[in-house]
Amino acid sequence: MSTHQPKAAKGGKWRAPAMFGALAVLFLLEGTVSNSFFSGHWDNALGILRVGLISAILALGVNIQWGYAGLFNTGVVGFLALGGLAPVLVSMPPTLGAFSAGGWGVLFAMVIAMATLVAAVFLHGRLDTKLRGWAVAGVLLLGFIAYRTLFDPAVEAIQAINPSAYGYLGGIGLPVLISWPVGALLAAAAAWVVGKTALGLRSDYLAIATLGIGEIIVAVLRNEEWLARGVLNVNGIPRPWPVPYETNLQQDPGFVARATSFGLDPMTGSTLLVKVLYCLLFVAVLGLLIWAAQLALNSPWGRMMRAIRDNEVAAAAMGKNVTGRHLQIFILGSAVLGLAGAMLISLDGQMTPSGYNPLRYTFLIWVMVIVGGSGNNWGSVLGGLLIWFVWIKAGEWGPTLMGMVSTHLAEGTLKTHLLDSAPHMRLVIMGLILLAVLRFSPRGLLPER
Amino acid sequence: MDILNALVAILNYIIVPATAYGAQLALGALGVTLIYGILRFSNFAHGDTMAFGTGLTILVTWGLQSMGVSFGPLPTALLALPFGIALTAAMVLATDKVVYSYYRKVRAAPIYITMVSVGVMFVMNGLTRVLIGVDEIKFADGARFLISAADFKAATGLTEALAIRGSTAITVITAGLVVWALFWFLAKTRTGKSMRAYADNEDLALLSGIDPNRVVAVTWVIAAALATIAGTLYGLDKSFKAFNYFQLLLPIFAAAIVGGLGNPLGAIAGGFVIAFSEVSITYAWKKVAMYLIPGYEPEGLLQLLSTEYKFAVSFAILIIVLLFKPTGLFKGKSV
Repeated sequence: MSTHQPKAAKGGKWRAPAMFGALAVLFLLEGTVSNSFFSGHWDNALGILRVGLISAILALGVNIQWGYAGLFNTGVVGFLALGGLAPVLVSMPPTLGAFSAGGWGVLFAMVIAMATLVAAVFLHGRLDTKLRGWAVAGVLLLGFIAYRTLFDPAVEAIQAINPSAYGYLGGIGLPVLISWPVGALLAAAAAWVVGKTALGLRSDYLAIATLGIGEIIVAVLRNEEWLARGVLNVNGIPRPWPVPYETNLQQDPGFVARATSFGLDPMTGSTLLVKVLYCLLFVAVLGLLIWAAQLALNSPWGRMMRAIRDNEVAAAAMGKNVTGRHLQIFILGSAVLGLAGAMLISLDGQMTPSGYNPLRYTFLIWVMVIVGGSGNNWGSVLGGLLIWFVWIKAGEWGPTLMGMVSTHLAEGTLKTHLLDSAPHMRLVIMGLILLAVLRFSPRGLLPER
Repeated sequence: MDILNALVAILNYIIVPATAYGAQLALGALGVTLIYGILRFSNFAHGDTMAFGTGLTILVTWGLQSMGVSFGPLPTALLALPFGIALTAAMVLATDKVVYSYYRKVRAAPIYITMVSVGVMFVMNGLTRVLIGVDEIKFADGARFLISAADFKAATGLTEALAIRGSTAITVITAGLVVWALFWFLAKTRTGKSMRAYADNEDLALLSGIDPNRVVAVTWVIAAALATIAGTLYGLDKSFKAFNYFQLLLPIFAAAIVGGLGNPLGAIAGGFVIAFSEVSITYAWKKVAMYLIPGYEPEGLLQLLSTEYKFAVSFAILIIVLLFKPTGLFKGKSV
């Protein structure tokens, strides 16, 4: 893989390996050394690595949009959440009777909504200016009424089916691995809609439009109970092949024997094995993505993208379709975000829409990309792993430090307030890291070639 | 009678709350639009500046309350507001000195400065949480109602009631005064004129001897004041929760863009357009329909969208304006 590594500004070709080496040392310390800064448990280290790898994929997706094309997407959380819907729709068992009760109604309502939008766009294109506004508004209104008359009873019928356990359509019971590309497709479709409207306008309009789409997608997941049970959460999403369940491992005599031969009790052994398998699976996906991303970046297509990013006017004068290319790259990047979203949900094993916080899932990803080095795929991977590590550990270090500082403080409201607020310090730390990198090292840890 | 009842219901559930909300959005959007017009970037930290300023105001309010100070029928927070504004302005000026001034010097691209504002947003957000926590805080005191529902019913004999809360009236009056003062300042004073000149044409303004540092500093102070006032009024009207203020960023940006970024009058109009659309689209019209059409008993609530989707309304308006009138209803600038 090292053949694709960019030549860095300082430290030459050894810069990237050195950085990744330092990162590995951090994870090693977390796994082995036990003091007030590191836990000394491999369980924790692997747990951080697991989500860190998904963060690296997210950072890669944002880097494709920002680093290759300069598109500022502030709706990462939305594309991630949409991708997370895929494991529910693909891998959960279907709810008995839900589809016959309301599934067709919902589908038909969706078709009506689509048809209405298409008709409105068609009319808008064909009619002359006088009639146009009224005709379009009329079509939209009629379409909306038809949609609601079909949609509302269908949803009610679905949600009436055993609401405490189901009350949603359920999935189609396919393996979780299939849902990952489906998540990418869902996010790509949403990106096409947003890109069609907001690209080609001023650059920060895209930032504001994506901020909106992010909020809306999360709101849909929170409220549409027929789809994924909303805030009631969907639990028990199956694990991806080849990851086993801990309880099954512990009952398997072959595994217990092998764990004991390594000097581990079956309990610890099973959790470690599960985490290692997740990590290997995610590394495989990340490797595939970075291979494809590097290939694309170094192809004529990648050169064209960078040319457009660096000077849109000149690229347009050379006959490049700037808006078209932007749309393409926006869809590609969002697809990667959707893939990561599906992976995250199949890791958690449950869909909890209230957990989609834009600070954590949009802006933290941005910190990863900027710190890693925008435009550099390996930089995004480094930034994703490093910033995730710091984010998790800063949540623990904050209270530890605050505890040390306030040991001599008298017990009272001030001390409790300081201790309670300490975990929030990591937001301040992230902000300061982002500001420092933007100011003093704008090209990041691993600069673009 | 039924028509009167319908009118009162519309007044009570749509016009009064939307006017208050619109005034709050307008103040927020004015801050965004001023920064955009003069400093030339979209400030993603504005929502958290609002939260920060409101948090400080609440702390001062608690301090005043514990000293036994009150403002009669008005909320004590209004007394604390000047302190909140001063502290927020100091914070924002320090941020400009440490962070933004460098990017003006090197003439960084607007999108890059927007990225920088994300860093500031993180810091502000974290500081607010450390300062005052993440829980919901209600800090309104003083008289609760200007017109209470029971009084209104007794006076008019209608079945529908109109209730105007004290915080609603205070919001509208304060917002009116602030907007008047801002427009007077921009139109009549020397500093205000130099700000408009700087927004119109930076190079020409510099040539004619306008001190850019002064313009920038005054802009930040005004933006901090607008953010703190908007945040405090929103908090008095509803409640304070740091995360809600972050989420206000979307309707505020939508208001500023709908009106035309960089155009103060547009920001106010945009604020009310967004607020009225949000409230009327998420309102359940069943009651009004039953008053207006005798003998009609609709099955549903006649609610176009549930309230959880109010952000979708701002977004839809934003997209419609972007598609058909990218410079906004009032002519904004496009950098």
